[in-house]
Amino acid sequence: MVALAIAEPITYPAVGASLGVEHVSHAFDIDGSALPVLDDVSFAVKPGEFIALLGPSGCGKSTLLRLVAGLEPPRSGVLRENGDAIAGPFPSRVVVFQDPTLFPWRTVWNNVALGLEAQGILKGQRQRVYDAIELVGLSKFRNAYPHQLSGGMAQRVALARALVNDPKILILDEPLGKLDSLTRITMQAELVALWQRKGFTTLLVTHDVEEALFLANRVIVFSDRPARIKADVAVDRPYPRHRGDPKLAELRRNILGLLGLDATW
Amino acid sequence: MSTYSASKAVAIPQSVEEGAALSGRPLSFPTALLASGTGVFASAAWVLFGLCCQLWTDLSDWPRTHALSVAAFIIAGGILAATVSGKLLGRFGAGLQARAPWLLALGLFLSLWEVATAKFAWLPLPFFPPPQAIIEVYTDDLPKLLDSVLASIKLQLGGYAIGAAVGFLTGVSIGWSRSVGYWVHPVLRFIGPLPATAWLPFAFFTFPSSWSASTFLIALATGFPVTVLTWSGVASVNNAYYDVARTLGAKPSFLVLKVAIPAALPHVFVGLFMGLGSSFAVLVVAEMIGVKAGLGWYLQWAQGWAAYSNMYAALIVMSLLCSGAITLLFKTRDRLLIWQKGVVKW
Repeated sequence: MVALAIAEPITYPAVGASLGVEHVSHAFDIDGSALPVLDDVSFAVKPGEFIALLGPSGCGKSTLLRLVAGLEPPRSGVLRENGDAIAGPFPSRVVVFQDPTLFPWRTVWNNVALGLEAQGILKGQRQRVYDAIELVGLSKFRNAYPHQLSGGMAQRVALARALVNDPKILILDEPLGKLDSLTRITMQAELVALWQRKGFTTLLVTHDVEEALFLANRVIVFSDRPARIKADVAVDRPYPRHRGDPKLAELRRNILGLLGLDATW
Repeated sequence: MSTYSASKAVAIPQSVEEGAALSGRPLSFPTALLASGTGVFASAAWVLFGLCCQLWTDLSDWPRTHALSVAAFIIAGGILAATVSGKLLGRFGAGLQARAPWLLALGLFLSLWEVATAKFAWLPLPFFPPPQAIIEVYTDDLPKLLDSVLASIKLQLGGYAIGAAVGFLTGVSIGWSRSVGYWVHPVLRFIGPLPATAWLPFAFFTFPSSWSASTFLIALATGFPVTVLTWSGVASVNNAYYDVARTLGAKPSFLVLKVAIPAALPHVFVGLFMGLGSSFAVLVVAEMIGVKAGLGWYLQWAQGWAAYSNMYAALIVMSLLCSGAITLLFKTRDRLLIWQKGVVKW
């Protein structure tokens, strides 16, 4: 299992890349008419920062992640990794999806090895696969098939499959969304620990305000579709964070207010 | 050192026999009979079959009657010996015990068959030969039968391999590439549903030899279902798999070979099973009509000469071959798709 987050001060190792999102707009074609999902979104991420993207369900956050990953080009605007325009998928930007989407015909080891194998560099770098599996604490399940794993374990494998590539930007699309709350809490702490150890830039989509505040340096709040940036909230608290931190509670109230949910809290 | 586990000490006996063995008492006769009852009865059924061969004289001249009855007694003895010493034989003994009801049924069926044909001719004789007549075919006409078997296997294997390979490649390419699909899909839709046997006349005057014509027909019968199912398998692969692979740096060739094909493989096997079934039908028809070799031809020849026992003998061999081929394909699938165990109920 991963060691818990190291105490402050926060230092960003030089592994992460900067990310620039410049006037990005995007739309989907639905029955011939364009459905706008992103409307002139701009923000900048410093190397090694942990950014949470928060917004109502279906507002276009996940679409933004697909654009950052390079799976789709934006309709207008530019995305930049370390200043270079993103033109397509590249293993320096790896996505962990909401569903683990492990390949059911591959064992845990072979799933984690996927990236290195796809890039043709697995030979001679097999140790990296073992290390990544060790990192998420699943060494005993190396030879298991995905259907033999629990939801949390499968998502850990998906995390290892991403981390084995030493990404500069880790893109997390609600990776903990489908886990039970106990597993979720454990994995949030593990995520912070991994991020602090590895120093990659992290982009996390979530609609759990608490999760965003527990993990991120900055929380970017989006409006309803088409997504616009409503607020860019700095979470200036040291790690490891405490869930009962009154400062976080205050931030949560503010953010829920931005999302139009202040009445319930 | 006492390292035996508790579970071993309190193991529940699996059968009466094992229970008796555990408690260390010798089996009393009725208990033994109960434990291995079916085995004993199966043995008795085979004795009955042997007796049926001996008790009455044959209505016609079949030289193998005596040999058959001796064989029946030997089998009966074998079953009895294996039943009594079941524990000593390990897995073979356990397998025999599990199949004892079938051995019993088989012995009874053979006895009835023997009596109904060779002894009292309740079934009209030339059309329903007794078991010894069929045994006679296997002993006296073996070379010709073996030649036919080999010819059939050769033809089937060649045609099936070509059809499966072409079908698989076509299926993958139309599932993968939209432009290939544009051209191949209508052709497939137009030609595919046509029964392969409808091509017989065309094939036999177009191809240089009846052998190549039959290979073509078998390949056609195999190829269509394999193509369609491979295609649907590739087309139904979850897009998220491609997204994952692409973000990890996969090139198109990797997406086809390491994502699309493994994901589609369960479908491909359904196609292979369907293709195998329809190719058997084409094989037999092709051999009956055009090729002068093989089991289909042997059947046709036997029927022409009213050699009905040869016909039954060939039918039995054919069914063994077909079920053997299906079993082989099952085993291959189980090996290749081992990851499906626990996902899919087989």
